[in-house]
Amino acid sequence: MRITGLMDNSVSFLIGGEAGQGITRSGSLLGKALMRGGFHVFGANDYPSVIRGSHNFYVLRVSDEEIWSQGDSVDLLLALNKETILLHEDELTQGGGIVYDEQVELGEEELERDDIVLFPFPLTAAVEEMGGIAIMRNTVALGAALGLVGYDKEIMKGVIADTFAGRDRIIEMNRQAIYKGHAHAREPYDESYPCRLEPSDENPGRILPTGNDAVALGAISAGCKLYAAYPMTPASPVLHYLAAKDEEAGMAVVQTESEISAVNMVVGASYAGIRAMTATSGGGFCLMTEALGLAGMTETPLVLMVVQRPGPSTGLATYTSQGDLLFAIHASQGEFPRVIVAPGDVEECFYLTMEAFNLAERFQVQSLILTDKYLIESHKSTEPFDSERVAIDRGDLRIMEKWREEEEYRRYKFSGSGVSPRILPGTRGATVLANSNEHTDYGYTTSESEKTVAMVDKRFRKQEALREEVEGMDPVKTYGDADAQVTLVGWGSTKGPALEALKMLGREGVKARFVQVVYLEPFPSRAVGEALEGVGRRILVEANRTAQLGKLIKLHNGLAFEHVFLKYDGRPFNPGEIYAKAREALG
Amino acid sequence: MTTMQDLATPVVNTWCPGCGNFGLLMAVKRAIIQLGLNREEVVAVAGIGCHGKVIDYIKTNGLHVIHGRVLPAATAVKIANPELTVLGFAGDGDAYNIGIGHLPHAARRNIDLTYIVHDNLVYGLTTGQTSPTSKRGYRSKTTPRGSFEFGVNPLTQALSADASFVARGYAGDMHHLTEIFKQAIAHEGFALVDVLQPCVAWNRVNTYDFYKERVYKLEEEGHDPSDLDEAYRRAGEWGDRIPIGVLYMAEREEYTNSFPTLAEGPLVKQSIEGIDISKLLREFH
Ligand SMILES: Cc1ncc(C[n+]2csc(CCOP(=O)(O)OP(=O)(O)O)c2C)c(N)n1
Ligand code: SF4
Ligand SMILES: [Mg+2]
Repeated sequence: MRITGLMDNSVSFLIGGEAGQGITRSGSLLGKALMRGGFHVFGANDYPSVIRGSHNFYVLRVSDEEIWSQGDSVDLLLALNKETILLHEDELTQGGGIVYDEQVELGEEELERDDIVLFPFPLTAAVEEMGGIAIMRNTVALGAALGLVGYDKEIMKGVIADTFAGRDRIIEMNRQAIYKGHAHAREPYDESYPCRLEPSDENPGRILPTGNDAVALGAISAGCKLYAAYPMTPASPVLHYLAAKDEEAGMAVVQTESEISAVNMVVGASYAGIRAMTATSGGGFCLMTEALGLAGMTETPLVLMVVQRPGPSTGLATYTSQGDLLFAIHASQGEFPRVIVAPGDVEECFYLTMEAFNLAERFQVQSLILTDKYLIESHKSTEPFDSERVAIDRGDLRIMEKWREEEEYRRYKFSGSGVSPRILPGTRGATVLANSNEHTDYGYTTSESEKTVAMVDKRFRKQEALREEVEGMDPVKTYGDADAQVTLVGWGSTKGPALEALKMLGREGVKARFVQVVYLEPFPSRAVGEALEGVGRRILVEANRTAQLGKLIKLHNGLAFEHVFLKYDGRPFNPGEIYAKAREALG
Repeated sequence: MTTMQDLATPVVNTWCPGCGNFGLLMAVKRAIIQLGLNREEVVAVAGIGCHGKVIDYIKTNGLHVIHGRVLPAATAVKIANPELTVLGFAGDGDAYNIGIGHLPHAARRNIDLTYIVHDNLVYGLTTGQTSPTSKRGYRSKTTPRGSFEFGVNPLTQALSADASFVARGYAGDMHHLTEIFKQAIAHEGFALVDVLQPCVAWNRVNTYDFYKERVYKLEEEGHDPSDLDEAYRRAGEWGDRIPIGVLYMAEREEYTNSFPTLAEGPLVKQSIEGIDISKLLREFH
């Protein structure tokens, strides 16, 4: 199916080239420039796990209405090498264009499409003229793209100036590169690309973070004081960002010797009384599971982001997946309550991270933030985060000089809610004993039957309280028509493409709905039940092979899905394929 | 002033009568008392094994972790609150088998804590298997023909990891051990104290009698703890003569001093209310 329909004020760009050519960087600069002119933008990258040489690309979609994911076709292809043209030609919208270096020899017989427009640009020549380095061809191409859509180059100049602040020569070179690309687009190509992106006069002040940025900022806002992690794609950018900002963030940041060390550090820090966090992806999470149980047994609050990528084992290291849901729910030996929350966009990454810290401390449990590569590395324009929207709540943590109660302090004192007061080790008049062995209320080791049962029940009283809390905090979000003919059900990053699919269905008059399960443990079966009541055909949409959310819904709500759309090639969902499944389900 | 009574707990001790852990624990308590520390400012972090029970027998703050993970947990306790005195308690299996990956890192970070290894050259709690410090030829259920692996030398391991304080103590000489612990705790940086701890239940080779005939005190032979070459040489000794005492000691920048955030005081004392991220948001705009 060739997608027709170039539209004004909506363009989908694809920038492609070799790894090491700065593709994602270029994409996000272009995104920022368009965002400052009032557009909504979404950008996603695709790269194999190599540093140099192989094919990388970044898709940037821009629109005057809010957008949630990449689209199904490319309007303007910015090809930094010939391979990009040959690989992505078939994704072009009818009437779309290819910007490429005029030095690339491209015979007409090499192209399959005759319904697209070629825009050879002097990318290399322009850079040579300026005495610039090869990577600046990207910047010329960005100027070219902006020129073709008639966008104000001065806005891009501003982005460049802010990005490279203090490095005047780099700013000047990039400015020239932008101008050269832009000028060439006007002359000789003036008007030959049919769509325009018209900036508004007012910059609405949005920001363009990735999910990783949003989680990191959420941790900072939540008062996280120690971030300990071991590098692992796709979670490493959180470590990079926090390491760079440790002073402003008021955080101690440690690159540990392993994930085992990282999570045990978080346990130690949290025991000592500060908020602490780690993040990793599948393999690293496997290594962390034993200490996750330690935190469960010692009732030590902990926040841990698991970024999913396709497994098992090393799998597709730089691609996306939702294959670790059931693993996260069950990870570690024994039974203990925990929180699993799955944000679906950058805004949720921020606010739910803040909430994860609160829940961890209030219920003295472990909050797992379950994301995936697609969510965590994609950029989305959004309103600036407001840390005041989530008040810090440390639960029953009593920070004081001296323990003044008559009764001796007991770390695991029995209570109706199962939550016992926490104090800081170092508080005079008290000692704090946290124990990985089953223990008495003071914390001493025990293996007595009655004491064991009492302590297990105490921990599970917290789960009941937690379940009620979660049910009350919008654990399931619904979008679209209440009286839907078709309802998409998913979690995490599926939100973006699903909301785009809703738009497509809506344009054809189909009443459709998307149900996003945000909290997955304790499973909000009440909210899920309500959201799935009388909603037409239900389609489960998940990026895994075994329908893991489907299993949970079956278990907790007794509902099965007649339509299931599972994708497990490591690529994110495209709106069009979800749309097609919905069409198919409707018959 | 802290007393023995202050450090006592109501828990019934389940170490075997005669176990070297009694002497070790007593030396730890004496060191705490003699250094004038309050029990509230001490955090004991313990691994899993007979040694780990120490946490039930000493009334300080305590964090009983999982097998082999004393160091990362203890490191973070110290980062969170450098005002606390952090003592790590590990076994030889705990410290030098499953947890050895953490040893060079704690050493090179030079985090200010005292890492006490109850080195009984055997797995006590799991009923007597060969440990990483068991010597070649050691017979146990897991090495019925005698171990054909060479034992780990914890002292040379620590020296080569640049530990700034390396000592060996003997649980059969409580007074001497107390002095070592006092120096280790007072040392600003990472201190390893490997303690020869007879296990009367399983280790029939490295007994009190074995050590009595062999141990000698480094300081009585004029050993200079600032001499690294000499420290290596003495660390290699194991035979008719086994050295105990402070093998090596050096001054080096302590880990928590280098975090800019910690310059403003212990992290546990920093407020987390009303954090303003508007400046940080600018670069995303
Ligand atoms: C991950 C893990 N593996 C194995 C064990 C079982 N285990 C408990 S203690 C121990 C070894 C004890 O030897 P050591 O560390 O020397 O302590 P000791 O009992 O001699 O003081 C083992 C293997 C465990 N608790 N956790
Ligand atoms: S088994 Fe050995 S180490 Fe454990 S308590 Fe008995 S004597 Fe001590
Ligand atoms: Mg042992």
